[in-house]
Amino acid sequence: MADREENVLLPDGQILRHGNGERIVHWAIAIVFLFLFLSGLALFSPLFFWLSLLFGGGQFMRFLHPIAGVVLVLLFYPYAWRLRGDNHWSPVDTNWAQNMLAYMRKEAHFPDTGKYNAGQKLMYWSMIPVIGVLLVTGIALWQPWFAPSFSPGARRASGLVHAAMAFVMFIGIGVHWYAAYWTRGSIRSMVRGNVTRAWARFHHPGWYKRVTGKDA
Amino acid sequence: MALETQDIRDRSASSTYAPPSGRSFHPEVAKLIDVSRCIGCKACQSACMEWNNVRDVVGTCDGSYTNPADLTDQSWTVMKFYETEIDGQLNWLILKDGCLHCSDPGCLRACPAPGAVVQYQNGIVDFQQDACIGCGYCIAGCPFNVPRLRTQDSKVYKCTLCSDRVAVGLEPACIKACPTQALSFGTKEAMLDQASHRLVDLRERGLARATVYDPPGVKGTHVVFVLPHGDRPKEYGLPEDPRVGPLLALWRSGFARAVGVFTMFGVLVAGVLHYMRHGPLEVPEEQEGPEKQERGS
Repeated sequence: MADREENVLLPDGQILRHGNGERIVHWAIAIVFLFLFLSGLALFSPLFFWLSLLFGGGQFMRFLHPIAGVVLVLLFYPYAWRLRGDNHWSPVDTNWAQNMLAYMRKEAHFPDTGKYNAGQKLMYWSMIPVIGVLLVTGIALWQPWFAPSFSPGARRASGLVHAAMAFVMFIGIGVHWYAAYWTRGSIRSMVRGNVTRAWARFHHPGWYKRVTGKDA
Repeated sequence: MALETQDIRDRSASSTYAPPSGRSFHPEVAKLIDVSRCIGCKACQSACMEWNNVRDVVGTCDGSYTNPADLTDQSWTVMKFYETEIDGQLNWLILKDGCLHCSDPGCLRACPAPGAVVQYQNGIVDFQQDACIGCGYCIAGCPFNVPRLRTQDSKVYKCTLCSDRVAVGLEPACIKACPTQALSFGTKEAMLDQASHRLVDLRERGLARATVYDPPGVKGTHVVFVLPHGDRPKEYGLPEDPRVGPLLALWRSGFARAVGVFTMFGVLVAGVLHYMRHGPLEVPEEQEGPEKQERGS
């Protein structure tokens, strides 16, 4: 990691937080997720079946949903693998998690927070199993190719678990969206890639120290 | 197409009920399959192909008289032949397999596509292929493993109980073709009445455990069997106690939908309230260096 961080200090004094590849993959995942969420919602509840009209009608949406799911898996896991180095859980994260409500009230500040804070790491570590379970249960429901290999009972269980995991995923992504909007500068960092030194020093002091060599 | 002459009682994935009917008399119909009279001639199977214009591919012999080996998207009824030992004697059991038209249909509950599965007032459960999206949830939801997905058009097919014939006062094609009166069609009440008379006969003739198969787990069916060995429905390929089951009931329930939708709005409302109370998390003014953080997100 260290050698990659050599060049995150940009000539204009800002710091590169998300490289080009990382940002492109992130937004690809976001778009695929949005489609999966809306089409899944249409399949989950008849109140939202009209959303199928956005995707070429029910049958085409049903055809596309599992394919998009596989695309999400293919994008997400290599992305998660790439981010693994900055997502190790540390004692400062436990402290952050225990004081999460105070953080949300802007009453707590954690001087050792690394490139990702504990909230971001919780998102990271929850999505890894959730997307895996969605993949497996989704395959059990995938007509016409894979579902016939599973018993009707296994398919019913998969349907229930698939819906429950999608529910967890929606809550996770919902919090993720809000946190990104709430924390000024973070959407910009995922769009443009860079953050100011002050931003890095304030939100991710441990990371700031590591990449600049200066105390936060 | 939904038949206008048959009023709809229930409709898949629809939050509104079917419109109330202007007609006040809706007898529930049933097909009675008296297994003790069946000779396994397959006339019903042929009549089904004929009326519904379905032709299965020529398959291979699996060593029994059952052909094709199972229900398919082109074979909506199949004569199943079972060789089994009951009370130390070889029995050759024959069952006309197909949709039972449950009063509480798992397929209809499972279906996410509005109107792809309908239940008429007379009890017939019918698939509307124009609304079907090919997800196969009905297949997972059926306690009898009946619906079949046609891969060519990704739509599901099964016995319609000849809803198109019944709508104009005809009996289903299979009934018409049966040479031994093993098949009858009429109101459910009349069919149960007929079945109970038949049970008396069978019991007098030594089949003490003969029963009528009208499983209560799915609130009864609109295809009812007289089974000579009624204590062993499994020998005929029928489940002992078919029911929709808790997994499907929860997965496709209004409760699960309500929890999902309310939580979704809950996340939205929580975000708005939090923002109204606390505002954005910004780098404090005094910590900002010469390269001031740009405004905006």
